[in-house]
This record gives sequence, C-alpha cells and structure tokens, in this order.
Amino acid sequence: MTRLSNAFAKGHPALVAFVTAGDPGRFATGPILDALVEGGADVIELGMPFTDPMADGPAIQTANLRSLAAGTTTADILAIAMAFRQRHPTVPLVLMGYANPMTRRGADWFAERCKEAGVDGVICVDIPPEEDDSLGPALRGNGIDLIRLATPTTDSARLPQVLDGASGFLYYVSVAGITGKQQAVQASIEEAVARLKAATNLPVAVGFGVRTPDQAAAIARVADGVVVGSAIVELVGEYGKDAAEPVRAYIESLAGAIRAARKEMA
Amino acid sequence: MSDPALLSNSYRTQPDDRGHFGQFGGRFVAETLMPLILDLEREYRAAQADPAFAQEFDDLLEHYVGRPSPLYFAERLTAAIRAGSEPGKGAQIWFKRDELNHTGAHKINNCIGQILLARRMGKTRIIAETGAGQHGVATATVCARFGLPCVIYMGAKDVERQQPNVFRMKLLGAEVIPVTSGANTLKDAMNEALRDWVANVHDTFYIIGTAAGPHPYPELVRDFQSVIGKEARAQMLARIDRLPDLLVAAIGGGSNAIGLFHPFLDDPDVKMLGVEAAGEGLERKHAASLAGGFPGILHGNRTYLLQDDDGQIAEAHSISAGLDYPGIGPEHAWLKETGRVDYTSATDQEALDAFQLLCRTEGIIPALEPSHAIAAVTKKAREMDENQIILANLCGRGDKDIFTVAEALGVEI
Repeated sequence: MTRLSNAFAKGHPALVAFVTAGDPGRFATGPILDALVEGGADVIELGMPFTDPMADGPAIQTANLRSLAAGTTTADILAIAMAFRQRHPTVPLVLMGYANPMTRRGADWFAERCKEAGVDGVICVDIPPEEDDSLGPALRGNGIDLIRLATPTTDSARLPQVLDGASGFLYYVSVAGITGKQQAVQASIEEAVARLKAATNLPVAVGFGVRTPDQAAAIARVADGVVVGSAIVELVGEYGKDAAEPVRAYIESLAGAIRAARKEMA
Repeated sequence: MSDPALLSNSYRTQPDDRGHFGQFGGRFVAETLMPLILDLEREYRAAQADPAFAQEFDDLLEHYVGRPSPLYFAERLTAAIRAGSEPGKGAQIWFKRDELNHTGAHKINNCIGQILLARRMGKTRIIAETGAGQHGVATATVCARFGLPCVIYMGAKDVERQQPNVFRMKLLGAEVIPVTSGANTLKDAMNEALRDWVANVHDTFYIIGTAAGPHPYPELVRDFQSVIGKEARAQMLARIDRLPDLLVAAIGGGSNAIGLFHPFLDDPDVKMLGVEAAGEGLERKHAASLAGGFPGILHGNRTYLLQDDDGQIAEAHSISAGLDYPGIGPEHAWLKETGRVDYTSATDQEALDAFQLLCRTEGIIPALEPSHAIAAVTKKAREMDENQIILANLCGRGDKDIFTVAEALGVEI
C-alpha cells in the first residue's frame, strides 16, 4: 500500500485539495497545507506556478502570478513539499503543473527531486500519453505515480492509451474547459465515472468546477474522490497570509459533506 | 549520422508521423484537446489527398489573395548598398512581394488553407490569436468571406499599439477580445485562445497564425505558406534561369520564413538566413528565441524558448509586435540544429534604419517585421559578390506600423 492507495481506502471518498505553491508567498503555503489536512483533506495537490497556465481559469491564473511575483522558485516548491512530508508522514502529496517547469532540468532531475521531497504523484497538464516518453518513465523509476487525466473528449478508443502507464488514481476532468469556470451536469459525471471504472481498477477522482459541499457530496456518491481547487485558491486570494483558518473551515464543510454522502448510501 | 531524418538525404520530409522535427515539435496539449488535434490531422491528410481541396485553395489564392505575388529586383537598394561596399561587392537584392497580397501580408495564405479545413470539419466558429494584428485581420477577412463568426484574442498591449488593425478586424465583423492576463502580449493571447478552444472543442476551429503549436499545425501552416517559396523558385528560374545564393526572412514564429525556405531546402547551393528580433540588443530585452533561448515546451510544441532556469517563460521584446514572441516554430529549431539554415538577429534600431532605407530607395513602405530581414540583407549584401543574388521575403506592408515608427523617430502625427 502506498500513501495514495491508503487515502482511497479509508471507507469514504477522498477529498483532494489543491492549492498553488508559494501563493501569496513561499512561507504562506505551509500553514495552508496544514489547514487542508486539519480540515479533512485526504490528498494534497500542490500546484507548481507557471507563467503560462493555459488550462487554468482566472482564479488559478492569478494565484500563479501572485506566487511568481513573490519570487517562488522550483527549489522553494520542493522545499515546501519536503517540509510537509516531515510534518505529515502519512498524507499523500501530489504535484500538479505544466511540462516546462517540470522538465526544464530534465525529467530525471525532476523525478529524483520529487522522490527526495517525499512527493507521491505528479499530474502534468500538457504531456499527453503520446508525448510521455521521458517524464512518466522517470517518475515511475523513482516510485512516483504519474496521474493521468481523462476528459469528456476522451472516447473509449483512446481511453486504454490514457490508462497505459497511469497509476495512483485517475483524474476525471469533468468539464471540457478550464479550471474553476462551469460545473458539469451530475448525470454526465455519473455516466463518465461508470465508463472509467469499467476500464480501470484505479480510483477515479472527479474535478473541475466543484465548489459547494452539495456538489462535492453528489460526486462523492459515485466517485472515489472529489478534487477542489479554484474555490480554495480564491480564499487564499481573498485572505492572503491569513488564509489558513478560512481554508480549514471550508475544507471541513466539504469533508463533512463527502463523508455523510457515502454513509447515506451504506 | 544518428538523426534518421537525415538518412533520406532530404530536409523536406519532416515531421515524422508523431509530428516531431528531430527533438522538436510534438503534441504537448491538455487531454481535452488531444482528440481534436488527432481529428485535425486526419482531416488534413484527407484534404491533402483530395484534388478538390488543392483546387479551391489555389483558386482563392489567385483570385481573392492576388497570387502569384511579384518577384522584384530592387535596383536602387542594390545600388545604394554597392555604393558603400568594396569594389566588386554588393549582391543583387530581390524581393518576394508578399506585402502585395490582399490584407497586406503573407498571413492570408495560411488563413485560406485553414478556413477550408475548418469547413471540411464542419466547424461553425473561428478563433485566432494575433500579435501585430496581421493574422487577426487575415482571419477576420476569411471569416467574412465564408460567413463564419470570428473571435480574435489580442494582448491588451498590442491592442494599444496596433489600433488600425484592431479597427480593421472590427470592420470585418470580428470580435476583438483584449487579453489582460500575463504580460498582455502575443503569448498571452495564445494562452487565452487555447482556453477558449478547450471550452468550445465541439464547434470551434482555432486558426493558428504561425508555424508553431501542436502537430499538425507547424506542418500545415508551412505547407500553406510554401506557396511563397514555390512561386519564388519558379519565378527566379523563369526570370534569370538560376536560383538565388541566399534567402533571407524575418522570424517571429517563423511562418513566412519556413514558407520561403522549405521549397529550397534540398537545393544545396542555396543558403538561408532567418532573422530574429534582437529588440534593444541580445544582452537586453529581445525576442530572439534561438539566439537567447533553450529548448522547452510551450503552446503545444517543444522548441527554443526564452525562459529562466526554472522554466518560467520570459517576456519577449521587439518594436515589431509580430515578432514579439518568446518561442519559434519547431521546424526552425530543427533546421538550426542540423545547420541547414543560419540564424541571426537585428535590433529595433537596425530594423528602423532598414525600414527608412527601403522607403527612400524603392518607394516601398515595409512592415517592421520584414524590416528586420532587410537589415540583415544590407549587411550580407556588402559581403557578397556583385554577381550573387539575395532573395528576401517582403512579408508585409508597413501601413499598420507608421504610428509606431513615427513615435520611435520622435515625430508627432
């Protein structure tokens, strides 16, 4: 069992909570990550800021720019991850970001640094399976999961290619669009999750546009995990270095709804 | 030789079936876009095999765009260069006159091709990014011609410095959306166009303006722009029964340059020079990705990028909005590495000087983009013999730039 597989085997769907590293400054992220854990997040998704986050909506775009303006470097992000690992030995941490910052010094360099920092998995937005001949192998060689994305446009002909080499969990991007904008119709999520679960034994986590406890609960009834990002990042944008407490309270409301949702079904 | 691409003894067989030019190119896009990119490739292969597609493309280029564009011997510019050269030096300077195309630049060639593809694919909405506005105007033009709604993303900074083109796009019925994310220039406009596309994959076609982006864009843009080099090659042979010694073209993303160069790549005696924008100088702010960048991944392809040690993309700078981009098309990155094409750069000031020189010697007001090429031509011509020939691509006219030039020269209009 890995930290990630444990997180999906707790008897309730996992709450995957995203926050941009170094927003609003590199010393602000540690307390926010602690607040995510304290509020009940099961998996931490730490965003690596990039100048050109073309899959992200306004909330995460501005978080990226705030972080970079504060001078956040790749070394800072890895240090944030390593410090988190020391404080929280059992909570899985996944890095999410774009290909260029991840591969700038070579895929092996990045994978080795991730291993040193205690990172459990990596989600790379813009390396599809067709181009994954270096990052995926480097990560797997260091015991780190490469978490693949499936989307509403991933048809059944293409799905096996997406699943080949995927591990940790499968991230279902429920909206054809950017982060934080629209939310998907619940029926379309249910249909997609059923299709994905028929094709893989990996846990399926659903994200994009999830904001309220009710939405999170509805997804939790059908999926193995719920990913929340922009709504958290907006709280960080609003409260800045004082964001830890409002973030904790918000995560608590989501975690409560997710756990209750699965109990109703039992 | 380890590069299998070169074993065929041709530089014209790129990319491979995964869209790679050596280590460059590829399809680095979000999963949502991947099925669409694959559809586009299938449709492009079908179009390539369909004589009716080529026929419609050629017909529109002839009767709507005004092709072939002239090949012109710049006699007075040549004489001016010779006057300042060693005896026997001063190559003949010829121009491919793509600034005479409808809409005033080479961009329309590619837009005609892509809108025909969009129609084949049944797409009903067109989006594009633009820097200088030439690609935006060309896209708005073909959308008006074919009756399709058109949304143009343009960096807010570029909207300010290219007002005449913004107004042209609006006259043509396009919606121009100023982009205020990031640095408010071309790369941010491209990010925003990608965000629109990913949210509207089912009905929208993205007309990319340069020979970059995810495969198959670099290939199909090159193919549509290759009309420049094919015509020029035939015109040279018809006029003087020989090929030029040196081809010169300006490079932002590199579509006019690859369009000129590609049909000549297997002519071993024809040298080629791509000219990047050196802005305020290579030691200061510039847009020369090959001279000052490193390989990386942005906007769907692996290529040379201006970036820092952490892979964060740097701001480009050029007086020419059309060259103000921190990347370059992947085929140019490959041609640089193979050594087939040489690359150099020209500063804002050199481009301004060349701009004025061409105005006065030939009665042609060039755009600031080809002014960079002309700056390199004036240097190269001095080193070459009188009986040698330089052919440069005059890829755009300068009407859109007169306000920028006036400001740079300290003139109020």
